[in-house]
Amino acid sequence: MKKIILAAAGFAAFVLTAQQQNFDNVQITVQPIRDHTYMLVGAGGNVTLQTGPEGLLMVDSEFAPMAAKLLAAAHKLSPGPLRYLINTHVHPDHIGGNDALARLSPRSPIEPLVIMAQENVLKRWPAAAAGAQPDFGAPISQYFTPFRDFRFNDEAVILYHEPNAHTDGDSVVLFRRSDVIATGDIFTPQGYPFIDLAQGGSVQGEINALGHILDLAVPGHTEEGGTYIVPGHGRLCDEADLVEYRDMIVIVRDRIQDLLKKGRNLEQVKAAKPTLDYDARFIEKDSFVTTDRFVEIMYKGLGGK
Amino acid sequence: MKQHPKAISKPFWRVLVALSILASPAVFAQADFVGNWVGIYHEDNPERIPGPELGDYLGMPITPAARLAADSYDADRISIVPEYQCRPHGGDYMMRGLANMRVDEMLEPNSQLAMGLHLRMGFQEMERTIYLDGRERPGATAAHTFSGFTVGGWQGNMLNAYTTHLKMNYLRRNGLPRSDKATFTEHWVRHGEYLTVITTITDPVYLEEPLTRSQSWVRDDNQRLGRDFCEYVPELYKPGVVPNHLPGTNPFLHEVADWYGLPYEATRGGAETTYPEYRAKMVKPDKVPAKCERYCTCGENGGACNLFPPRR
Repeated sequence: MKKIILAAAGFAAFVLTAQQQNFDNVQITVQPIRDHTYMLVGAGGNVTLQTGPEGLLMVDSEFAPMAAKLLAAAHKLSPGPLRYLINTHVHPDHIGGNDALARLSPRSPIEPLVIMAQENVLKRWPAAAAGAQPDFGAPISQYFTPFRDFRFNDEAVILYHEPNAHTDGDSVVLFRRSDVIATGDIFTPQGYPFIDLAQGGSVQGEINALGHILDLAVPGHTEEGGTYIVPGHGRLCDEADLVEYRDMIVIVRDRIQDLLKKGRNLEQVKAAKPTLDYDARFIEKDSFVTTDRFVEIMYKGLGGK
Repeated sequence: MKQHPKAISKPFWRVLVALSILASPAVFAQADFVGNWVGIYHEDNPERIPGPELGDYLGMPITPAARLAADSYDADRISIVPEYQCRPHGGDYMMRGLANMRVDEMLEPNSQLAMGLHLRMGFQEMERTIYLDGRERPGATAAHTFSGFTVGGWQGNMLNAYTTHLKMNYLRRNGLPRSDKATFTEHWVRHGEYLTVITTITDPVYLEEPLTRSQSWVRDDNQRLGRDFCEYVPELYKPGVVPNHLPGTNPFLHEVADWYGLPYEATRGGAETTYPEYRAKMVKPDKVPAKCERYCTCGENGGACNLFPPRR
């Protein structure tokens, strides 16, 4: 019951954020990555776009009011139909545009739109969670295996399930030829991670997932560039940025774990300021995950009561 | 009678020469930085050559956040986390680390005007470009690099440059961090065969006040920079482990104060400690060695440092 309440609270926070936001003046920024891959930034989570002769592939869909803008920005780069939509996880700022995108894309038996995610995303899909039929934009093409791969626009696209990381349904998407990885909210370099404990996320799963992305990424000359990493939010990154982020979480984890071993309660842990060296880097005035929230997540995620 | 071409009068030649000088980019008497340069390490030699002592934050206007990050730093991180092994310095530290430098001019093919200066360092094959064509900076969503994105402009004979889009790096190689929100300005000044680059770093995360440092170089026309390959080698396989000292447990932080006879509080840095007024409130050191035992001859007449005195 407690978990359901926590999940509902987390979800409500996202929905409230979306409702409070005025999307009218939000424009899509197109950040070219490599070859035919782009990072689209508007409102909500980052979108990774792959274009080619077979059509468009998008990873995540921002919020519903952004869908038409996303598609228009994509069509400026390539006129093909949207053929694949992959959701990295179930949060509304990454799936909110699914339904609208699906309705904007012509239903074609020859060029169907496939919406794909790890099976826990569909289990936690807002409509499904409420006991209703999933909507038009739900990721019906689901997978439960450690990974799923397919070829699109002559490129191998591989989805890796990262168990119990940011949520329990996280997929990391590797574009093997373009050498680009979309991480979803496992990696959010502009702010502390939101490890959604209520939706199956865990501290160790988050660290493991970041470690796996580090294994997948190969830097270029002078240890930068090479594999480009599209984070859930924030600027385009690479392995060097991700390792700093992973190390931050590990170091904060070590500190809070040590305080827990010493029997400190949550207030005492907060008072010890275990994130002092990172707060000015990861907190901005509109940060979704505040210092208190991050410490609470880590504390509870490490077994603190 | 044979007709000789009409001679050009002396005053006309002078005007012609003057006009050609005026038409060339050199009209602004811009210094020429192109060529090979060798670093002179008389400034901050022990910090730059053998490397800074652990816990030495002297003269650094650092924030409490930077202090905690550096106190937590464990150099074993480089052994365990191979991603750190072949990293270059950041664009700011690049100018003061141990490396010679070559500067090439990037010319626009049609106009032959300088689009920028390209810098290459002898260590880790670090490279930087200082764009001089006033190009737009990348946007907020663009990837950051270790060198950052630099645009420069001339102020008389001095080259001024401003760098943004930096990756996370360090202010000192003892764990004092410099964030990816930092920017820095540079002033390049040439005096004959000598070059001085003054760098001022602004970091809203790890600096209470801007940090200004200077570095000098001497021209060396005989230098040829070769390749400098780096191959990372995992020394231990410990996935997910990031060595760090828990707050209050780093046993090495007092060393620098004790070895050099300094007040411990002064070694902890912070903007206040960088001003002369701080001397008035500075307490006496806990320990004062009877004679200099460590790093006593660094840079002295080209002398090397005594690197390995016995630990006390």
